[in-house]
Amino acid sequence: MKAIIYIVCTFLSIFFFWELAVRLANPPPYILPTPYSVLVAFKENSQLIYEHSIVTIVEVLIGLTIGIILGMITALTLEIFVTARLILRPLLIFSQSIPVFAIAPLLTLWLGYGILSKVVMAILIIYFPVTSAFHDGLSQTPKRYLDLAKTMRGTNRRNLLYLKIPHSIPSLCSGIKLASVYAPIGAVIGEWVGSSQGLGYLMILANGRVKTDLMFASLFTLGILSITLFGLISYLLQISLSKYLKA
Amino acid sequence: MMSSISPSIELIGSVRSESEVLFGDLRLAVRANQWTCLLGASGIGKSTILRLIAGLPTHVKLDGSIKSNDHLPISNRVSYMAQNDLLIPWATVSANVSLGNKLRGEKFSPEKKLKIIEKVGLMDHKKKYPFQLSGGQRQRAALARTLMENTPIVLLDEPFGSLDSNTREEMIDLTFESLKGKTVLFVTHDPHEAARLCESIYILGRQKTTSNRSLKPPFPKTYSDKLVFDLQYSLLEKIKSNRS
Repeated sequence: MKAIIYIVCTFLSIFFFWELAVRLANPPPYILPTPYSVLVAFKENSQLIYEHSIVTIVEVLIGLTIGIILGMITALTLEIFVTARLILRPLLIFSQSIPVFAIAPLLTLWLGYGILSKVVMAILIIYFPVTSAFHDGLSQTPKRYLDLAKTMRGTNRRNLLYLKIPHSIPSLCSGIKLASVYAPIGAVIGEWVGSSQGLGYLMILANGRVKTDLMFASLFTLGILSITLFGLISYLLQISLSKYLKA
Repeated sequence: MMSSISPSIELIGSVRSESEVLFGDLRLAVRANQWTCLLGASGIGKSTILRLIAGLPTHVKLDGSIKSNDHLPISNRVSYMAQNDLLIPWATVSANVSLGNKLRGEKFSPEKKLKIIEKVGLMDHKKKYPFQLSGGQRQRAALARTLMENTPIVLLDEPFGSLDSNTREEMIDLTFESLKGKTVLFVTHDPHEAARLCESIYILGRQKTTSNRSLKPPFPKTYSDKLVFDLQYSLLEKIKSNRS
Protein backbone atom coordinates (compact mmCIF):
# COMPACT_ATOMS: atom_id res chain seq x y z
CA MET A 1 0.00 0.00 0.00
CA LYS A 2 2.76 2.39 0.99
CA ALA A 3 4.63 1.46 -2.20
CA ILE A 4 1.59 2.39 -4.30
CA ILE A 5 1.34 5.80 -2.63
CA TYR A 6 5.02 6.43 -3.36
CA ILE A 7 4.64 5.47 -7.01
CA VAL A 8 1.55 7.64 -7.48
CA CYS A 9 3.29 10.59 -5.84
CA THR A 10 6.38 10.11 -8.01
CA PHE A 11 4.32 10.12 -11.19
CA LEU A 12 2.25 13.08 -10.09
CA SER A 13 5.36 15.12 -9.43
CA ILE A 14 6.88 14.09 -12.76
CA PHE A 15 3.70 15.30 -14.50
CA PHE A 16 3.76 18.47 -12.48
CA PHE A 17 7.32 19.37 -13.46
CA TRP A 18 6.64 18.35 -17.05
CA GLU A 19 3.63 20.68 -17.22
CA LEU A 20 5.69 23.40 -15.57
CA ALA A 21 8.60 22.96 -17.98
CA VAL A 22 6.33 23.11 -21.04
CA ARG A 23 4.67 26.26 -19.78
CA LEU A 24 7.96 27.98 -19.05
CA ALA A 25 9.90 26.93 -22.17
CA ASN A 26 6.85 26.94 -24.37
CA PRO A 27 7.99 24.52 -27.12
CA PRO A 28 5.65 23.87 -30.07
CA PRO A 29 3.11 21.14 -29.11
CA TYR A 30 4.46 18.73 -31.77
CA ILE A 31 7.82 18.73 -29.97
CA LEU A 32 6.51 18.29 -26.44
CA PRO A 33 2.84 18.38 -25.55
CA THR A 34 1.68 19.05 -21.99
CA PRO A 35 0.53 16.11 -19.86
CA TYR A 36 -2.92 17.62 -19.97
CA SER A 37 -3.09 17.57 -23.78
CA VAL A 38 -1.86 13.96 -23.71
CA LEU A 39 -4.76 13.18 -21.40
CA VAL A 40 -7.15 14.91 -23.77
CA ALA A 41 -5.72 12.98 -26.73
CA PHE A 42 -6.14 9.78 -24.77
CA LYS A 43 -9.79 10.56 -24.11
CA GLU A 44 -10.54 11.62 -27.68
CA ASN A 45 -8.86 8.56 -29.17
CA SER A 46 -9.78 6.04 -26.49
CA GLN A 47 -11.66 3.77 -28.91
CA LEU A 48 -8.73 3.79 -31.34
CA ILE A 49 -6.19 3.11 -28.57
CA TYR A 50 -8.37 0.37 -27.17
CA GLU A 51 -8.63 -1.46 -30.51
CA HIS A 52 -4.90 -1.29 -31.17
CA SER A 53 -4.13 -2.32 -27.57
CA ILE A 54 -6.15 -5.50 -27.97
CA VAL A 55 -4.03 -6.49 -30.96
CA THR A 56 -0.80 -5.91 -29.06
CA ILE A 57 -2.09 -7.72 -25.98
CA VAL A 58 -3.04 -10.77 -28.05
CA GLU A 59 0.41 -10.81 -29.71
CA VAL A 60 2.14 -10.49 -26.34
CA LEU A 61 0.10 -13.21 -24.63
CA ILE A 62 0.52 -15.73 -27.45
CA GLY A 63 4.23 -14.93 -27.77
CA LEU A 64 4.73 -15.14 -24.02
CA THR A 65 3.00 -18.51 -23.73
CA ILE A 66 4.83 -20.12 -26.63
CA GLY A 67 8.16 -18.52 -25.70
CA ILE A 68 7.98 -19.74 -22.12
CA ILE A 69 7.04 -23.26 -23.18
CA LEU A 70 9.84 -23.39 -25.80
CA GLY A 71 12.34 -21.97 -23.31
CA MET A 72 11.41 -24.56 -20.69
CA ILE A 73 11.64 -27.42 -23.17
CA THR A 74 15.07 -26.21 -24.30
CA ALA A 75 16.32 -25.89 -20.72
CA LEU A 76 15.16 -29.42 -19.90
CA THR A 77 16.80 -30.74 -23.07
CA LEU A 78 20.05 -29.02 -22.14
CA GLU A 79 19.91 -30.54 -18.67
CA ILE A 80 19.03 -34.08 -19.76
CA PHE A 81 21.27 -34.53 -22.81
CA VAL A 82 24.96 -33.73 -22.52
CA THR A 83 25.32 -33.70 -26.31
CA ALA A 84 22.51 -31.17 -26.64
CA ARG A 85 24.33 -28.99 -24.13
CA LEU A 86 27.53 -29.11 -26.20
CA ILE A 87 25.76 -28.34 -29.48
CA LEU A 88 22.98 -25.98 -28.42
CA ARG A 89 24.64 -23.77 -25.85
CA PRO A 90 27.16 -22.10 -28.18
CA LEU A 91 24.37 -21.73 -30.72
CA LEU A 92 22.10 -20.08 -28.18
CA ILE A 93 24.79 -17.66 -27.08
CA PHE A 94 25.64 -16.84 -30.69
CA SER A 95 21.97 -16.16 -31.42
CA GLN A 96 21.99 -13.65 -28.59
CA SER A 97 24.78 -11.67 -30.20
CA ILE A 98 22.45 -10.76 -33.09
CA PRO A 99 20.15 -7.92 -32.05
CA VAL A 100 16.51 -8.95 -32.51
CA PHE A 101 15.87 -5.51 -33.96
CA ALA A 102 17.98 -6.52 -36.93
CA ILE A 103 15.90 -9.61 -37.61
CA ALA A 104 12.57 -7.80 -37.47
CA PRO A 105 12.51 -6.76 -41.18
CA LEU A 106 13.35 -10.34 -42.18
CA LEU A 107 10.51 -11.71 -40.07
CA THR A 108 8.09 -9.30 -41.71
CA LEU A 109 9.39 -10.36 -45.11
CA TRP A 110 8.95 -14.03 -44.32
CA LEU A 111 5.85 -14.02 -42.17
CA GLY A 112 3.96 -11.05 -43.49
CA TYR A 113 2.38 -7.99 -41.97
CA GLY A 114 -0.05 -9.92 -39.80
CA ILE A 115 0.10 -11.00 -36.20
CA LEU A 116 2.45 -13.94 -36.79
CA SER A 117 5.65 -11.94 -37.34
CA LYS A 118 5.00 -10.03 -34.08
CA VAL A 119 4.33 -13.19 -32.10
CA VAL A 120 7.57 -14.70 -33.40
CA MET A 121 9.37 -11.50 -32.51
CA ALA A 122 8.07 -11.68 -28.95
CA ILE A 123 9.04 -15.37 -28.75
CA LEU A 124 12.56 -14.65 -29.99
CA ILE A 125 13.13 -11.90 -27.46
CA ILE A 126 12.00 -13.93 -24.42
CA TYR A 127 13.23 -17.39 -25.44
CA PHE A 128 16.78 -16.94 -24.23
CA PRO A 129 16.06 -15.35 -20.81
CA VAL A 130 13.60 -18.15 -19.99
CA THR A 131 15.93 -20.91 -21.20
CA SER A 132 18.91 -19.46 -19.42
CA ALA A 133 17.15 -18.82 -16.10
CA PHE A 134 15.52 -22.24 -15.98
CA HIS A 135 18.66 -24.10 -16.99
CA ASP A 136 20.72 -22.23 -14.41
CA GLY A 137 18.28 -23.34 -11.74
CA LEU A 138 18.33 -26.95 -12.92
CA SER A 139 22.09 -27.22 -13.15
CA GLN A 140 22.67 -25.47 -9.84
CA THR A 141 20.73 -27.98 -7.77
CA PRO A 142 22.96 -28.40 -4.69
CA LYS A 143 25.25 -31.38 -4.94
CA ARG A 144 24.34 -32.45 -1.42
CA TYR A 145 20.76 -33.14 -2.51
CA LEU A 146 21.93 -35.11 -5.52
CA ASP A 147 24.34 -37.10 -3.33
CA LEU A 148 21.49 -37.91 -0.99
CA ALA A 149 19.38 -38.95 -3.97
CA LYS A 150 22.23 -41.18 -5.09
CA THR A 151 22.38 -43.02 -1.77
CA MET A 152 18.61 -43.39 -2.08
CA ARG A 153 19.11 -44.97 -5.53
CA GLY A 154 16.85 -42.45 -7.23
CA THR A 155 16.53 -42.67 -11.01
CA ASN A 156 17.67 -39.75 -13.18
CA ARG A 157 14.14 -39.05 -14.31
CA ARG A 158 12.80 -38.90 -10.77
CA ASN A 159 15.74 -36.82 -9.54
CA LEU A 160 14.86 -34.33 -12.26
CA LEU A 161 11.18 -34.39 -11.38
CA TYR A 162 11.40 -34.27 -7.60
CA LEU A 163 14.68 -32.43 -6.95
CA LYS A 164 16.02 -30.46 -9.89
CA ILE A 165 12.77 -29.00 -11.25
CA PRO A 166 11.40 -27.95 -7.85
CA HIS A 167 14.78 -26.46 -6.97
CA SER A 168 14.84 -24.43 -10.19
CA ILE A 169 11.36 -22.94 -9.79
CA PRO A 170 12.57 -19.65 -8.23
CA SER A 171 14.98 -19.06 -11.14
CA LEU A 172 12.33 -20.08 -13.66
CA CYS A 173 9.98 -17.53 -12.08
CA SER A 174 12.55 -14.73 -12.45
CA GLY A 175 12.95 -15.78 -16.08
CA ILE A 176 9.21 -15.65 -16.65
CA LYS A 177 8.91 -12.26 -14.97
CA LEU A 178 11.71 -10.93 -17.15
CA ALA A 179 9.94 -12.41 -20.17
CA SER A 180 6.71 -10.60 -19.28
CA VAL A 181 8.61 -7.31 -19.48
CA TYR A 182 10.45 -8.18 -22.71
CA ALA A 183 7.55 -9.68 -24.65
CA PRO A 184 5.75 -6.33 -25.24
CA ILE A 185 9.05 -4.86 -26.48
CA GLY A 186 9.31 -7.65 -29.03
CA ALA A 187 5.75 -7.24 -30.22
CA VAL A 188 6.07 -3.46 -30.57
CA ILE A 189 9.32 -3.71 -32.53
CA GLY A 190 7.54 -6.08 -34.88
CA GLU A 191 4.72 -3.58 -35.27
CA TRP A 192 7.09 -0.71 -35.99
CA VAL A 193 8.74 -2.56 -38.81
CA GLY A 194 5.59 -3.42 -40.66
CA SER A 195 1.97 -3.72 -39.64
CA SER A 196 -1.41 -2.13 -39.89
CA GLN A 197 -2.51 -2.58 -36.29
CA GLY A 198 -1.19 -2.58 -32.73
CA LEU A 199 0.14 0.07 -30.37
CA GLY A 200 3.51 0.13 -32.14
CA TYR A 201 1.75 0.87 -35.40
CA LEU A 202 -0.32 3.59 -33.73
CA MET A 203 2.83 5.24 -32.40
CA ILE A 204 4.48 5.29 -35.82
CA LEU A 205 1.25 6.60 -37.34
CA ALA A 206 0.85 9.37 -34.76
CA ASN A 207 4.50 10.29 -35.12
CA GLY A 208 4.21 10.53 -38.90
CA ARG A 209 1.23 12.84 -38.63
CA VAL A 210 2.90 14.98 -35.97
CA LYS A 211 0.23 14.02 -33.47
CA THR A 212 2.73 13.91 -30.67
CA ASP A 213 0.03 13.96 -28.01
CA LEU A 214 -1.45 10.73 -29.43
CA MET A 215 2.06 9.29 -29.62
CA PHE A 216 2.51 9.93 -25.90
CA ALA A 217 -0.93 8.57 -25.11
CA SER A 218 -0.07 5.30 -26.90
CA LEU A 219 3.29 5.17 -25.18
CA PHE A 220 1.72 5.48 -21.72
CA THR A 221 -0.89 2.90 -22.60
CA LEU A 222 1.88 0.47 -23.55
CA GLY A 223 3.71 1.22 -20.31
CA ILE A 224 0.64 0.67 -18.18
CA LEU A 225 -0.19 -2.57 -20.00
CA SER A 226 3.35 -3.86 -19.51
CA ILE A 227 3.37 -3.04 -15.81
CA THR A 228 -0.05 -4.65 -15.35
CA LEU A 229 1.11 -7.78 -17.15
CA PHE A 230 4.26 -7.96 -15.01
CA GLY A 231 2.27 -7.45 -11.80
CA LEU A 232 -0.35 -10.01 -12.76
CA ILE A 233 2.20 -12.64 -13.70
CA SER A 234 4.27 -12.04 -10.56
CA TYR A 235 1.13 -12.40 -8.47
CA LEU A 236 -0.01 -15.58 -10.19
CA LEU A 237 3.44 -17.16 -9.83
CA GLN A 238 3.59 -16.15 -6.19
CA ILE A 239 0.26 -17.69 -5.22
CA SER A 240 0.56 -20.84 -7.30
CA LEU A 241 4.17 -21.72 -6.46
CA SER A 242 4.53 -20.22 -2.99
CA LYS A 243 5.90 -23.37 -1.38
CA TYR A 244 8.86 -23.39 -3.77
CA LEU A 245 9.49 -19.68 -3.42
CA LYS A 246 9.46 -19.03 0.30
CA ALA A 247 12.06 -21.51 1.45
CA MET B 1 14.02 -56.79 -1.35
CA MET B 2 17.43 -56.09 0.08
CA SER B 3 18.88 -58.26 2.77
CA SER B 4 17.93 -56.88 6.13
CA ILE B 5 20.75 -58.62 7.97
CA SER B 6 23.41 -56.09 8.78
CA PRO B 7 26.78 -56.90 7.24
CA SER B 8 30.17 -56.00 8.56
CA ILE B 9 32.40 -53.93 6.32
CA GLU B 10 36.14 -53.90 5.88
CA LEU B 11 38.06 -51.08 4.28
CA ILE B 12 41.73 -51.75 3.51
CA GLY B 13 44.05 -49.62 1.46
CA SER B 14 45.51 -46.18 1.01
CA VAL B 15 43.60 -43.04 0.20
CA ARG B 16 45.26 -40.30 -1.82
CA SER B 17 44.22 -37.12 -3.55
CA GLU B 18 46.09 -35.66 -6.51
CA SER B 19 48.51 -33.77 -4.34
CA GLU B 20 48.88 -35.77 -1.14
CA VAL B 21 48.39 -39.03 0.67
CA LEU B 22 45.44 -38.71 3.03
CA PHE B 23 45.71 -42.08 4.70
CA GLY B 24 48.71 -44.27 3.94
CA ASP B 25 47.66 -47.57 5.37
CA LEU B 26 44.04 -47.69 6.39
CA ARG B 27 42.45 -50.73 7.99
CA LEU B 28 38.92 -50.24 9.20
CA ALA B 29 36.65 -53.01 10.40
CA VAL B 30 33.07 -51.85 10.76
CA ARG B 31 31.29 -54.59 12.67
CA ALA B 32 27.66 -55.57 12.31
CA ASN B 33 25.04 -54.59 14.90
CA GLN B 34 27.16 -51.95 16.57
CA TRP B 35 28.48 -48.44 16.28
CA THR B 36 31.97 -47.89 14.94
CA CYS B 37 33.46 -44.46 15.37
CA LEU B 38 35.84 -42.53 13.14
CA LEU B 39 37.40 -39.89 15.32
CA GLY B 40 39.75 -37.22 14.13
CA ALA B 41 40.45 -33.53 13.79
CA SER B 42 38.38 -31.42 11.43
CA GLY B 43 39.50 -31.53 7.83
CA ILE B 44 41.40 -34.79 8.14
CA GLY B 45 39.11 -36.60 5.70
CA LYS B 46 36.58 -38.41 7.88
CA SER B 47 33.67 -37.54 5.62
CA THR B 48 35.66 -38.64 2.59
CA ILE B 49 35.81 -42.16 4.00
CA LEU B 50 32.04 -42.15 4.44
CA ARG B 51 31.61 -40.99 0.87
CA LEU B 52 33.87 -43.79 -0.37
CA ILE B 53 31.76 -46.35 1.46
CA ALA B 54 28.52 -44.77 0.23
CA GLY B 55 29.83 -44.88 -3.34
CA LEU B 56 29.61 -41.10 -3.76
CA PRO B 57 32.04 -39.11 -5.91
CA THR B 58 35.12 -37.85 -4.04
CA HIS B 59 38.30 -35.99 -4.87
CA VAL B 60 40.39 -38.96 -3.76
CA LYS B 61 41.39 -42.39 -5.01
CA LEU B 62 41.31 -45.51 -2.92
CA ASP B 63 44.01 -48.08 -3.65
CA GLY B 64 42.50 -51.05 -1.95
CA SER B 65 39.10 -52.46 -1.31
CA ILE B 66 35.84 -52.00 0.54
CA LYS B 67 34.20 -55.34 1.20
CA SER B 68 31.31 -56.71 3.16
CA ASN B 69 31.35 -60.10 4.86
CA ASP B 70 28.38 -61.26 2.77
CA HIS B 71 30.15 -60.25 -0.48
CA LEU B 72 27.17 -58.18 -1.64
CA PRO B 73 27.49 -54.64 -2.95
CA ILE B 74 27.55 -52.03 -0.21
CA SER B 75 26.55 -48.71 -1.72
CA ASN B 76 22.98 -49.81 -2.52
CA ARG B 77 22.10 -50.56 1.08
CA VAL B 78 23.44 -47.49 2.75
CA SER B 79 21.64 -44.50 4.17
CA TYR B 80 23.36 -41.29 5.04
CA MET B 81 22.68 -38.71 7.71
CA ALA B 82 24.76 -35.57 7.93
CA GLN B 83 25.23 -32.54 10.15
CA ASN B 84 23.32 -30.61 7.55
CA ASP B 85 19.96 -32.37 7.76
CA LEU B 86 19.53 -32.22 3.94
CA LEU B 87 15.80 -31.75 4.20
CA ILE B 88 14.15 -30.65 0.97
CA PRO B 89 12.91 -27.10 1.68
CA TRP B 90 9.81 -27.26 -0.52
CA ALA B 91 8.51 -30.52 0.95
CA THR B 92 6.70 -31.09 4.22
CA VAL B 93 8.22 -33.20 6.99
CA SER B 94 6.00 -36.07 5.90
CA ALA B 95 7.07 -35.79 2.26
CA ASN B 96 10.71 -35.52 3.29
CA VAL B 97 10.47 -38.74 5.28
CA SER B 98 9.34 -40.71 2.23
CA LEU B 99 11.65 -38.92 -0.23
CA GLY B 100 13.65 -42.09 -0.89
CA ASN B 101 10.54 -44.08 -1.76
CA LYS B 102 9.46 -41.33 -4.11
CA LEU B 103 12.86 -41.14 -5.83
CA ARG B 104 12.84 -44.90 -6.34
CA GLY B 105 9.22 -44.82 -7.48
CA GLU B 106 8.23 -47.50 -5.00
CA LYS B 107 5.07 -47.91 -2.96
CA PHE B 108 5.28 -47.68 0.80
CA SER B 109 2.94 -48.15 3.68
CA PRO B 110 1.62 -44.84 5.04
CA GLU B 111 1.08 -46.51 8.42
CA LYS B 112 4.76 -47.36 8.61
CA LYS B 113 5.65 -43.77 7.81
CA LEU B 114 3.29 -42.43 10.47
CA LYS B 115 4.74 -44.85 13.01
CA ILE B 116 8.23 -43.58 12.30
CA ILE B 117 7.14 -39.94 12.47
CA GLU B 118 5.50 -40.70 15.78
CA LYS B 119 8.61 -42.46 17.03
CA VAL B 120 10.77 -39.40 16.44
CA GLY B 121 8.10 -37.22 18.04
CA LEU B 122 7.10 -35.11 15.04
CA MET B 123 3.41 -36.07 14.80
CA ASP B 124 2.32 -32.48 15.44
CA HIS B 125 4.76 -31.16 12.87
CA LYS B 126 4.34 -33.59 10.00
CA LYS B 127 2.64 -31.06 7.75
CA LYS B 128 5.18 -28.32 8.42
CA TYR B 129 7.98 -27.24 6.13
CA PRO B 130 11.61 -27.52 7.25
CA PHE B 131 12.00 -23.76 7.72
CA GLN B 132 9.22 -23.87 10.32
CA LEU B 133 11.17 -26.35 12.47
CA SER B 134 13.87 -25.90 15.10
CA GLY B 135 17.32 -27.40 14.58
CA GLY B 136 16.46 -30.37 16.79
CA GLN B 137 13.18 -31.02 14.99
CA ARG B 138 14.92 -30.88 11.63
CA GLN B 139 17.45 -33.46 12.78
CA ARG B 140 14.57 -35.63 14.00
CA ALA B 141 12.99 -35.39 10.57
CA ALA B 142 16.30 -36.43 9.01
CA LEU B 143 16.42 -39.39 11.41
CA ALA B 144 12.87 -40.35 10.46
CA ARG B 145 13.90 -40.30 6.79
CA THR B 146 16.87 -42.55 7.60
CA LEU B 147 14.59 -44.95 9.49
CA MET B 148 12.14 -44.96 6.61
CA GLU B 149 14.99 -46.01 4.31
CA ASN B 150 15.57 -48.91 6.69
CA THR B 151 18.92 -49.90 5.20
CA PRO B 152 21.17 -52.34 7.07
CA ILE B 153 24.08 -49.88 6.92
CA VAL B 154 23.83 -46.34 8.27
CA LEU B 155 26.52 -43.70 7.84
CA LEU B 156 26.37 -40.80 10.28
CA ASP B 157 28.41 -37.70 9.55
CA GLU B 158 28.41 -35.63 12.75
CA PRO B 159 24.63 -35.67 12.96
CA PHE B 160 24.62 -34.09 16.43
CA GLY B 161 27.22 -31.44 15.67
CA SER B 162 24.92 -28.45 15.29
CA LEU B 163 22.53 -29.15 18.17
CA ASP B 164 22.45 -27.47 21.57
CA SER B 165 23.32 -29.72 24.49
CA ASN B 166 19.81 -30.63 25.69
CA THR B 167 18.55 -31.40 22.22
CA ARG B 168 21.72 -33.30 21.56
CA GLU B 169 21.16 -35.59 24.55
CA GLU B 170 17.64 -36.44 23.36
CA MET B 171 18.81 -36.95 19.81
CA ILE B 172 21.68 -39.24 20.84
CA ASP B 173 19.36 -41.51 22.83
CA LEU B 174 16.69 -41.56 20.14
CA THR B 175 19.15 -42.22 17.32
CA PHE B 176 20.99 -44.96 19.16
CA GLU B 177 17.80 -46.67 20.20
CA SER B 178 16.18 -46.55 16.78
CA LEU B 179 19.26 -47.74 14.85
CA LYS B 180 19.64 -50.93 16.90
CA GLY B 181 20.65 -53.96 14.89
CA LYS B 182 22.24 -51.94 12.11
CA THR B 183 25.84 -51.51 11.06
CA VAL B 184 26.54 -47.92 12.02
CA LEU B 185 29.62 -45.96 11.03
CA PHE B 186 29.72 -42.75 13.00
CA VAL B 187 31.99 -39.85 12.14
CA THR B 188 32.64 -37.28 14.84
CA HIS B 189 35.31 -34.98 16.21
CA ASP B 190 33.87 -35.27 19.71
CA PRO B 191 35.61 -37.89 21.90
CA HIS B 192 32.71 -37.74 24.35
CA GLU B 193 30.20 -38.97 21.76
CA ALA B 194 32.65 -41.64 20.61
CA ALA B 195 33.19 -42.96 24.14
CA ARG B 196 29.48 -43.10 24.91
CA LEU B 197 28.22 -44.72 21.75
CA CYS B 198 30.87 -46.76 20.02
CA GLU B 199 32.07 -50.30 20.53
CA SER B 200 34.96 -49.74 18.11
CA ILE B 201 36.86 -46.49 17.88
CA TYR B 202 39.36 -45.46 15.22
CA ILE B 203 41.48 -42.39 15.54
CA LEU B 204 42.38 -41.05 12.13
CA GLY B 205 45.73 -39.41 11.58
CA ARG B 206 47.87 -38.40 8.61
CA GLN B 207 50.69 -40.74 9.65
CA LYS B 208 48.70 -43.62 11.02
CA THR B 209 45.20 -44.62 11.91
CA THR B 210 44.92 -46.45 15.17
CA SER B 211 42.22 -48.65 16.56
CA ASN B 212 41.59 -47.53 20.09
CA ARG B 213 40.38 -49.19 23.23
CA SER B 214 36.65 -48.66 23.77
CA LEU B 215 34.28 -49.32 26.66
CA LYS B 216 32.50 -52.61 27.25
CA PRO B 217 28.79 -52.95 26.30
CA PRO B 218 26.03 -52.11 26.99
CA PHE B 219 25.74 -48.89 25.05
CA PRO B 220 24.89 -46.06 25.12
CA LYS B 221 26.69 -44.93 28.26
CA THR B 222 25.10 -42.17 30.28
CA TYR B 223 26.31 -38.64 30.10
CA SER B 224 27.87 -38.74 33.55
CA ASP B 225 29.52 -42.18 33.40
CA LYS B 226 32.97 -41.87 34.94
CA LEU B 227 34.50 -44.37 32.52
CA VAL B 228 33.31 -42.19 29.64
CA PHE B 229 35.25 -39.26 31.03
CA ASP B 230 38.45 -41.26 31.45
CA LEU B 231 38.28 -42.62 27.90
CA GLN B 232 37.28 -39.26 26.52
CA TYR B 233 40.40 -37.69 28.01
CA SER B 234 42.77 -40.28 26.58
CA LEU B 235 41.07 -40.07 23.17
CA LEU B 236 41.51 -36.32 23.12
CA GLU B 237 45.23 -36.68 23.84
CA LYS B 238 45.61 -39.13 20.95
CA ILE B 239 43.69 -36.95 18.48
CA LYS B 240 46.04 -34.11 19.34
CA SER B 241 49.18 -36.19 18.92
CA ASN B 242 47.87 -37.68 15.65
CA ARG B 243 47.26 -34.29 14.16
CA SER B 244 50.88 -33.13 14.40
